[in-house]
Amino acid sequence: VLAAEWNKSAFEAKNAADALKGVGAAGAAKSADIMIKAPDIAENGAVVPVEVTSKIPGTTEISILSEQNVNPLIAEFTLSNGAEGYVSTRIKMAKTSNVTVAVKAGGKTYIASKEVKVTIGGCGG
Amino acid sequence: MAEPMKIRAQMQGDTADIKVLMNHIMETGLRKDAKTGQMIPAHFIQQVNVTVGGKVVLDAQWGYAVAKNPFLGFKVKGAKAGDKVVVNWVDNKGDKRTDEAAIG
Amino acid sequence: FALDGRQALASADGAGFYDVPKFGNVSLMHFTDCHAQLLPIYFREPDVNLGIGSSYGQAPHLVGEHLLKQFGIRPGTSEAHAFTYLDFSAAAKTYGKVGGFSHLSTLVKKIRASRPGALLLDGGDTWQGSATSLWSNGQDMVDACKLLGVDVMTGHWEFTLGAERVKQIVDNDFKGKLDFVAQNIKTNDFGDQVFQPYTMKEINGVPVAIIGQAFPYTPIANPRWMVPDWSFGIQDDNMQKTVDEARAKGAQVVVVLSHNGMDVDLKMASRVTGIDAIMGGHTHDGIPAPSIVKNAKGQTLVTNAGSNGKFLGVLDFDVKNGKITDYRYKLLPVFSNLLAADPAMTALISKHRAPYEAKLSEKLAVTEDLLYRRGNFNGTFDQLILDALMDVKGADAAFSPGFRWGTTLLPGEAITMDRLMDQTAITYPSTSLTEMSGETIKTIMEDVCDNLFNADPYYQQGGDMVRVGGIQYTCDPSQKIGKRISNMMLKGKPVSPNKTYKVAGWAPVAEGATGEPVWDVVATWLRDKKVVTPRKLNTPKLIGMKGNPGIA
Ligand SMILES: [Mn+2]
Ligand SMILES: [Mn+2]
Repeated sequence: VLAAEWNKSAFEAKNAADALKGVGAAGAAKSADIMIKAPDIAENGAVVPVEVTSKIPGTTEISILSEQNVNPLIAEFTLSNGAEGYVSTRIKMAKTSNVTVAVKAGGKTYIASKEVKVTIGGCGG
Repeated sequence: MAEPMKIRAQMQGDTADIKVLMNHIMETGLRKDAKTGQMIPAHFIQQVNVTVGGKVVLDAQWGYAVAKNPFLGFKVKGAKAGDKVVVNWVDNKGDKRTDEAAIG
Repeated sequence: FALDGRQALASADGAGFYDVPKFGNVSLMHFTDCHAQLLPIYFREPDVNLGIGSSYGQAPHLVGEHLLKQFGIRPGTSEAHAFTYLDFSAAAKTYGKVGGFSHLSTLVKKIRASRPGALLLDGGDTWQGSATSLWSNGQDMVDACKLLGVDVMTGHWEFTLGAERVKQIVDNDFKGKLDFVAQNIKTNDFGDQVFQPYTMKEINGVPVAIIGQAFPYTPIANPRWMVPDWSFGIQDDNMQKTVDEARAKGAQVVVVLSHNGMDVDLKMASRVTGIDAIMGGHTHDGIPAPSIVKNAKGQTLVTNAGSNGKFLGVLDFDVKNGKITDYRYKLLPVFSNLLAADPAMTALISKHRAPYEAKLSEKLAVTEDLLYRRGNFNGTFDQLILDALMDVKGADAAFSPGFRWGTTLLPGEAITMDRLMDQTAITYPSTSLTEMSGETIKTIMEDVCDNLFNADPYYQQGGDMVRVGGIQYTCDPSQKIGKRISNMMLKGKPVSPNKTYKVAGWAPVAEGATGEPVWDVVATWLRDKKVVTPRKLNTPKLIGMKGNPGIA
């Protein structure tokens, strides 16, 4: 059932540019039609909810990166047979960083980012 | 053998809203064991595959930075109540798990 | 000469201080952040509450005379005393203590009598902040709130009693009596609501929705391990969905009972439409009049009702043919001398205090100076805690959290165990002595400073700056994270990034700490001192804040 070979080189890439290249999204255009729902401040850097909605017609692939992680690429989703341009998951973030999402649709690639702050915490009103 | 997944699949209009909770350590391979000082080897789900009504709707490749006990949510247009949802995963050590549920 | 409080109040304000003219047909009373203060206390408002960027000079970032001017309050009056730190010790002697649930209860009854059907809303931070709430696991406050007649509440410090205890109270003590609402708390598995997001009440035939907004950053500001299965967050989109749902179900008035902190409330009011009022707390701002925020579809009133039982907010709406046509708002200071104690509440409080009375009344020391906590950078009671920690632990430096709760002591007053617990009563009181590099110390200070002064309120957590003992520093609040703190000096020498220092602290958010509770450390120090001389307040040298109306 599990089709493709695991994309080792992309997952082991050490920076966001190489990781994006690894998922075929080098030079992707910025798009306002990709919505990233993630907290402004992570409650727990080890479990950061990220919900991606792509309004771009014909979305077939969604990749999620945390730019400041040692290996930025976190997940790559391929959608088919009625699966909408939407995916929701939870990721680990080493520190405050942009969460970047790359989308493939109709043979083109698009990109969007949202900053998530990972803080030490421990004070309150 | 890994613990079973929890799957919730509900129709919302003409779209199935499917949520999956997997049971997996998702060890990064970047941590040291506090007692022995040795690196803890990476152990994480690498591939996930989902079929609805027998057709593949989602194929995923994951690195170690998907959070422990992974959550996966997605939406499938055109699915209907009663359709079978089958979720498979395989990790970097070759461990596997398959679970299924019917859309409610 | 010191006037008798009752006399001073009467002469300054007339006998009708609490005769708030009746208005409209839908009334809501609101108190918040009482921090378990069942008895009358003193509470000094801050002299530093800086607004940066677009918050400059805006409520709640106004202190002292700037606040009086903005809201047209005459200096030297009882209201000026209630809303500011000005001439605090002398004014406190004149006007007496504030708050106390017996006096609050009398006021609530008085307002209810003129406004049949009025609801009483509790904004949270109710079950924490005193010895008795800690030792009774919140039960004294739960019983007092039921007797007070609270209708709806949301929470923050409540969650530091642990998820199980909160659920136990909501599902048992409150069942059928009091609605605990929070649209922004969900389970960590499938994201289900933990509490009801809102409650619908009918007031004089008008359907009113009260939506709960718990403190969004509870698992960051407080120990996450105490609420391991719940997630919080601001959740604007779910708030919009909840407002729309309440409207669709017929709500003619929609009010958010919020524990966001006022800056977050103001931003939320600009983004979410369809809310008539956000009645907020958490940042402990006592603001005399609502801020009116315009958004895409209309406007929202934002009120904040102070802390420590010191104020009761009264919001009246006139609703005609399904629409709000006008409103009035009054934030009433609760002067204990002006309000008779309610006998039933007095009896309940006495019952809860009785088992601990001996322990509570122990006189640990006498203070020569005014002791308070509030203010962006430091307070004299925090300095006392820092000094005690450094002395007892033999530390080079100390950190104390920027909590905004904690009562005030006048010069010459005894520091009892009761008053010490007002500053320290938490469920994770461990003290510690840690070796930290200069770099780590700076990282911590920068991190907390960003939680306070980030230009975007959604990145603020609503506490004050971590109190720092032993290290002098310079702070430029309008900079970005990593660039606000500079010129750190310890015993006359620059703090070196690579050198390690012994740093004392308390209130760890990580699980498993076993250090001596902070109240024991400070009590030992106080008993030894007997008389506490005025502390040398360590506050940073500020850059670029001259003329800011948020500083005295
Ligand atoms: Mn509070
Ligand atoms: Mn609070």
